Amino acid sequence: MLGIGVIKGMLVTLREFVGTYPAGRWLLARLGQPRGQGLVTIQYPEVKQVHPERFRYFPFLVFDSTKDNLRCVACKICEQECPPACIFIERADDEQGRPMKSNGRPFPKTFNIDTSICMSCRICVDVCPFDAIEMDKEFELASADRFPSMTYRKEELLKSNEYFQQIRPKESAGVDARLAAKAKKPAPAPAATGATPATPSTGQTASSSTSTGAADGPAPTGTPPTPTPPPQTPPNPGVGTGGSAP
Amino acid sequence: MTLPWSSMDQFFVDTKDFIMTQAQRVLPEWSLPWLSILVTVGAIAAIAPAIMMYLTWIERKVIARIQNRLGPNRVGIYGLAQPLSDGLKMLTKEDIVPDGADKLLHLIAPILSVVPAILLFAVLPFGRNMVAVDLNVGLLYVLAVSSIGSYAIFMGGWASRSKFSLLGAMRAVAQIISYEVPSVLSVVVVIMIAGTLSTVGIVEAQSRHWFITTPWGFVAGIIFFLSGVAEVNRTPFDMPEAESEIVAGFHTEYSGMKFALWYMAEFLEAFAISAFTTTFFLGGWQGPRIPVWPVLLVGALVIATAVGLGRPLRVLGVLACVGLAVACAKDVVPSWAWFLAKTYALVFVLVWFRGTLPRLRVDQLMGLAWKGFLPLSLVNIFAAGLWATMPGFAGGLVSLVILVASFFFLVRVNAPAPLERRTYLFAD
Repeated sequence: MLGIGVIKGMLVTLREFVGTYPAGRWLLARLGQPRGQGLVTIQYPEVKQVHPERFRYFPFLVFDSTKDNLRCVACKICEQECPPACIFIERADDEQGRPMKSNGRPFPKTFNIDTSICMSCRICVDVCPFDAIEMDKEFELASADRFPSMTYRKEELLKSNEYFQQIRPKESAGVDARLAAKAKKPAPAPAATGATPATPSTGQTASSSTSTGAADGPAPTGTPPTPTPPPQTPPNPGVGTGGSAP
Repeated sequence: MTLPWSSMDQFFVDTKDFIMTQAQRVLPEWSLPWLSILVTVGAIAAIAPAIMMYLTWIERKVIARIQNRLGPNRVGIYGLAQPLSDGLKMLTKEDIVPDGADKLLHLIAPILSVVPAILLFAVLPFGRNMVAVDLNVGLLYVLAVSSIGSYAIFMGGWASRSKFSLLGAMRAVAQIISYEVPSVLSVVVVIMIAGTLSTVGIVEAQSRHWFITTPWGFVAGIIFFLSGVAEVNRTPFDMPEAESEIVAGFHTEYSGMKFALWYMAEFLEAFAISAFTTTFFLGGWQGPRIPVWPVLLVGALVIATAVGLGRPLRVLGVLACVGLAVACAKDVVPSWAWFLAKTYALVFVLVWFRGTLPRLRVDQLMGLAWKGFLPLSLVNIFAAGLWATMPGFAGGLVSLVILVASFFFLVRVNAPAPLERRTYLFAD
């Protein structure tokens, strides 16, 4: 009959209306009605939404124990892979243009990420061979001016591994296990020259790390286990992983 | 000094009498009628914006709850100061008049739309003895004044020199004029039965039974209310300001306080529609005519024995029921409270409509007025005539049968032609 549909619709909205009040929910339960969704509003500044573990917003740099013990070696892979190009990295070099070392690794002098350009795609995390960059959950990054406060510098990006473990227990456990395995295996790698063809993942990381090292002279002259063509000659500086060119 | 108030029921009337008797001592004789006018008009002019402001608050709150949200709750407790802050915002906003607009008409239009909305309050019986002017042509006055609004709307749409505004205005005029007809025809039955055009007289004529409880009153009440919804351009009849089609319709080019005036007119008219439906069909300021208190006492008994309810809830429920029963039996609920309660219940229905129903198409809108409401209200006049002339239950029964039959007949006649099954010549 005409109008029945309208009345049915009106009853649906009435149920949702009543269901937002505690007494109304009680009443609906009495009447055997579905209770609707109830209030879904989260009173944001006072109450924060609980995000799932894989919620991500913005990357940060992981350090172990002390702030100068960065995992990042300034290899610039993330800078190149970043789709909106919001990462800017400068390696710390000495006067001769050789990388300075901290804890036996090169490290970035500058590491800037522009928060207003970053699109939270997580590609930097995926491509990082050292698990040096991870996604943060912090999203309240509003500031009064565009420059410089929306560009995050190295100091602001540095967060400890404990923080990472805290915000992402599952993911960080995997990363920690991988790093521990890597620390155990390639420890004798510089000595035993190219003797151990490692697993693909570690092989890749080893190649990139040694190639960046080899590009600047006093690196161990061991052959990096590149997966594609086994190099016949000792690699000369600059050809690194792309050794098939000559 | 004795208190000037005899009862809650006559609170406002006594207050005004008190002011007048005090003024008699100091003011000259000739000024007293003017003072009387000033007090009444001042009260209405002060209350009307307050009503409008809190209608916006109610609307936003109810709509929010329907959509499982909280609604405004930041400014003041429960967001009660939100209308004030909105008003301040509107006052301080820039007033933009488009290039090529007719500046004078652009200014006059929103004012002209608010004035009739407030004028309607003059004949509104808020309570026993609480009416500004008891015009003996009150109902005619209501119909006449409420249709001035369409001039204002068209003026605003025309003066803006904007296509959206003009489209909205054209739609508004078409719609308002169409719905004026069933609206007027539906209150004809009220005049027939009450035998008076005075709004006070109509309320008093409902002292035996509210008109909504009779078959013709039920039909007329629904037609009047729905036509009213259409006349004030509220959802689901909000074609003139359909934001998904023509931005904001006739008030597209308005900003600042002029825009606020449009909104004020709209909300006041919505309130007036609810108030006049209450007056004409729901018994106005009168309480329910059937004895409610035994029902409420039975309700108290049920709640008292309801197992599964918490003890505090049961105690509260019993207390509330007994209190309501006593209040109804002793008739202590003031007449203006009855009136406001009924009016706001209808306002809630308006908001409920808005939270539920999608907008009608233009042809559906016009079809409802011309093919549904108009014939039904004509039949309704006939039914009311039979009801008045035939004795006892026979009249009620006959008018009920006529109305139900004509309703189904109209539904059948107006049903859209069934579409033929489409055959695809080359599909197979």
